[in-house]
Amino acid sequence: MSVTPAAGQAPLPQRFGAIAVARPGVGFRTLLYKEVLRFWKVSFQTIAAPVLTGVLYLLVFGNVLDQRVEVFQGVRYSAFLVPGLVMMSLLQNAFANSSSSLIQSKIMGSLVFVLLPPLSHLEFFAAYLLSSMLRALVVGLGVFVVTAWFAPPPLAAWPWILVFALAGAALLGVLGIIAGIVSDKFDQLAAFQNFVIMPATFLSGVFYSVKGLSPFWSAVSRLNPFFYMVDGFRYGFFARSDVDPWQSLAVVGLTLAAAAGLAVRMLAVGYKLRG
Amino acid sequence: MSIPAIEANHVVKRYARKRDSVTALDDVSLRIEPGEFFGLLGPNGAGKTTLISIIAGLARATSGQVRVMGYDVGSDYRSARRSLGVVPQELVFDPFFTVRETLRIQSGYFGLAGNDAWIDEVIENLDLGPKADSNMRSLSGGMKRRVLVAQALVHRPPVIVLDEPTAGVDVELRHGLWQFVRRLNRDGHTIVLTTHYLEEAEQMCGRIAMLKAGRIVALEPTATLLARLAGVQLTLRVRGTLPALLNAEAINPGQPRYVVRVSAAAEVEQVLATCRAAGCVIEDLEVGRADLEDVFLQLMSNDVDRKAA
Repeated sequence: MSVTPAAGQAPLPQRFGAIAVARPGVGFRTLLYKEVLRFWKVSFQTIAAPVLTGVLYLLVFGNVLDQRVEVFQGVRYSAFLVPGLVMMSLLQNAFANSSSSLIQSKIMGSLVFVLLPPLSHLEFFAAYLLSSMLRALVVGLGVFVVTAWFAPPPLAAWPWILVFALAGAALLGVLGIIAGIVSDKFDQLAAFQNFVIMPATFLSGVFYSVKGLSPFWSAVSRLNPFFYMVDGFRYGFFARSDVDPWQSLAVVGLTLAAAAGLAVRMLAVGYKLRG
Repeated sequence: MSIPAIEANHVVKRYARKRDSVTALDDVSLRIEPGEFFGLLGPNGAGKTTLISIIAGLARATSGQVRVMGYDVGSDYRSARRSLGVVPQELVFDPFFTVRETLRIQSGYFGLAGNDAWIDEVIENLDLGPKADSNMRSLSGGMKRRVLVAQALVHRPPVIVLDEPTAGVDVELRHGLWQFVRRLNRDGHTIVLTTHYLEEAEQMCGRIAMLKAGRIVALEPTATLLARLAGVQLTLRVRGTLPALLNAEAINPGQPRYVVRVSAAAEVEQVLATCRAAGCVIEDLEVGRADLEDVFLQLMSNDVDRKAA
């Protein structure tokens, strides 16, 4: 059988039959598929566990505070809490997916299988980002479905829910890529997770409105990009928020653009990946 | 002149450290022709893996140029990487997948969808059939090594680099692996091999480059390298002092043994006669021919001598 290689493709030995010609986009789709399959195969840990954690937060805080706290007038505290818990779970899992995949494959050495093929840095970036967003959205949806059963919130301006869910998942997915690239040990990644992501998430207004804080802490909260993600996301449910959702979107969008630019640059130069 | 399978021109690789830099490759140039079985030898830290990493795109040269099948590994990396299959030195694997999933995914990375017929053939050739649907974690070290070879072949690359493929591998697998690699070479694949087993390199490789401290100290056909130490090699254990005119090389200072090289078998008697005349009693004598290990040791020690001088 005579097979002519495609333009720009190396001539290959033909002993074992017809040569499959490389098709554009297959490499990216395969990396995306592999990343999705990776978290799907351990879905008890990557999906079910965070959903359960979200529900436990709601049950504990909701039961204790439902009768004592009213953040938005006429809204049960449990219902107020639902969007914050959904967003918190979504953000944490977007970060965990890309960062843990990269650090595991770096430490185990299997990252070489992704670095040897002809994948571009943009394909690499997009595959890790989209898989993180997918896991984040699946977890977020799971947390929403279960918690909303206990305390259903309204969906007063639902397009904002989609916008901030996508933007938040993307930003944390990108931060996960950066953390995974920079970290050489699980310990370093855990430090990033415990000392940056976790405090930023907890201090973003998941459990409260920043309007209830002192002026100083309210101003400090406004320096936290996570606050704008939670606040904008909550606006989609109650059509009420601490800041204008367009302002939140601008802050999140700019932060995402800066983080994505940094991550793409790191991948393009092979920072800590290609010696 | 055909396009070389691999061409390295004046490749330098320096790693920056806190206060200075360390040179892993120092002006390395070589050309490997299509269809060659090429050996890359050298002691630990000589720069073999660094050179392979640059060829494979896993590391970037500080200066110089590397091409695979005529494609620059930097500016035309897609074609260069499609032309290359690398079996890494470390026994690495992705614990989430089965053998077949691993090979399908690896094939997909190279842009090949629907490559199952070839994957089946690779699985069969490497005797991975019974384990095809087993998780990678459950495989023995030898089987994992086979999967690494299979992963390097899923996109049918014309050039295959094997970085210490038989390290920690049992005799049976080693034998089977070499049979398969020989077959690939007969079928037209260019093979580049690094190994610490010099006997393997002597048997398999048509041409050999020896690296020492980042520099190529020999780049010749295997036969030419062996001819450097042509003739007969006498290994002696003696009582008394060996005459200086024999120009012997001590190989075991603790329990003195000496190597004396002569150009022909007829000269062996002259060596023995010289010993007798000097009153030196020969307690043990082995007669043999130089192998690649002798050449390797001589080249490495010569290089050290040159540096010391």
